[in-house]
Amino acid sequence: MSEGAKLRRLEPAAISGVMSREVANFRTYWKGTTFSSILEPLVYLLAFGLGLSATLVDEVDGIPYIQFVGTGMVATAVIFSSALPAMFGTFVKHRFQNTYDAILAAPVDVEELVSAEMLWIGLRSGTYGCVPLLVTIGFGLDPAWGMLLVPLFCFVTALGFAGFGVAMAATVAKIDQFNYVTALFVTPLFLVAGTFFPIEGLPEGFQIAAQLNPLHQLVELVRGGAFGFEAVDLARFAFLVGFALLTWRVAVRRMHARLID
Amino acid sequence: MAAIELRGAVKRFGPITAVDGLDLEVPEGICLGLLGPNGAGKSTTMRLLTGQAIADAGELRALGHELPEDAKAARAEMGVVPQLDNLDVDVTVEDNLAIFARLYRVPDVEAAVDRGLDLARLRARRRDAVDQLSGGMRRRLLLSRGLIHDPKLVLLDEPTVGLDPQIRTELWSLIDDLRSRGKTILMSTHYIEEAERLADEVAVMNEGRVIARATPTELIAAHAGTHTAEVYGPPERLTEVKAIAEEQGLAVRPAGPAIAIVGAERAGNGGVPEDAVVRAASLEDVFVLLTGAEAE
Repeated sequence: MSEGAKLRRLEPAAISGVMSREVANFRTYWKGTTFSSILEPLVYLLAFGLGLSATLVDEVDGIPYIQFVGTGMVATAVIFSSALPAMFGTFVKHRFQNTYDAILAAPVDVEELVSAEMLWIGLRSGTYGCVPLLVTIGFGLDPAWGMLLVPLFCFVTALGFAGFGVAMAATVAKIDQFNYVTALFVTPLFLVAGTFFPIEGLPEGFQIAAQLNPLHQLVELVRGGAFGFEAVDLARFAFLVGFALLTWRVAVRRMHARLID
Repeated sequence: MAAIELRGAVKRFGPITAVDGLDLEVPEGICLGLLGPNGAGKSTTMRLLTGQAIADAGELRALGHELPEDAKAARAEMGVVPQLDNLDVDVTVEDNLAIFARLYRVPDVEAAVDRGLDLARLRARRRDAVDQLSGGMRRRLLLSRGLIHDPKLVLLDEPTVGLDPQIRTELWSLIDDLRSRGKTILMSTHYIEEAERLADEVAVMNEGRVIARATPTELIAAHAGTHTAEVYGPPERLTEVKAIAEEQGLAVRPAGPAIAIVGAERAGNGGVPEDAVVRAASLEDVFVLLTGAEAE
């Protein structure tokens, strides 16, 4: 490091340095991740889309059911490629691999470390989150210009869920306590996002709760990108940005408490 | 300017006081060995210096930077070699070095990696994943990673703990080389021989404080005299010998199956039995006398 160089908050060099570690590791496991991220939506579309649309549901709100599910599957891909890796990855790196001890012995602080981890997960999930949309195009969904915004929607949502996952990893005492997190938060959020059925069919209380579900907002934004945006979509996007900012600050605070004695 | 200055540093973990009013000054260019039993506060002291632990009281400075306020700037100029292997095991040797060259903002990452590979003597293994390396290679890589940015101050936290003697000797020569290049080194250890061989000065830590500090020779002269007599035999006899030696004002410590009478040169008539094995006093005698812990 050059003499007299000033070290500020949230330095790009620190953040990119931490991300370069993630990239180096990703090069060792990208094939498996890519394979499953393509295969999973295919299986879901075949099972739910073709299976249900052939027997029970033909279309929802004028959208063929397979396309309804396919666009909703983007949110599923995002939460499972952001919240879960953030939870387990952070816990393992902290408790078992002592990776964070090594990084924090370099000129990197907890805020930069958490920000870098979230950004990396956001970028990765933002990319893989689009795969179900591409698969659905293969099943007959017409491409639309609005779809070009889907990676951005996925990225912002994934940031939020990455922050959530990091904060949870800094909170639980044992790795098996993630079962509670998954059962209490991840699964309900995934099921009440409007992926497989429209939330308008739910009781009113659930409908209100669903509006607070970031995944539901993402589902609506992706469908907006595919079938046409509405004015309310701006508010939906602002909600996702707010969610990401909130979980970022909580994750930084929780990790600071966990990593600095 | 001292490379490290700690004044009255205190660190508590709940009811446990890990560092208890520690005063420590490390001048530039020396290797100071922090010698103490497990739980003496050595690793906590290291973490205070990197800002990974925040002192409850006291004034702390490293390389002129106030801690913990300027810990990030201090870390940029120091290299840390941890006790536990925290290399990225699936990643190649050269990538492990490159990641830390970037974290330390080294301008020419490639050149730094080449230097690191030479230091670790792993040039031929640069594209191998770390989990394909032997224990000794991994330790050399860990040391090289901590030095990737040519730091002014090096913190070695139990650098050879758990290693077999051959690998330990290998690492000692690397650390000795650092010393001869004028780096300031703070090395925590609970291996007597390591401190004796590598440290210009040794600070003996116990219960969170430095209880003695000098060169190894001075410590031995001040606390153990010139000769130690080791006496072997059944427990009843050892108890008897111990009582006689203590009556003469000599310090006696356990030494495995034997007892060691420290400062044997001062013994009067009958203070040291004729069948005792007399040897030169050692740092181990000092360590055990001062801390009450068995040496390793």
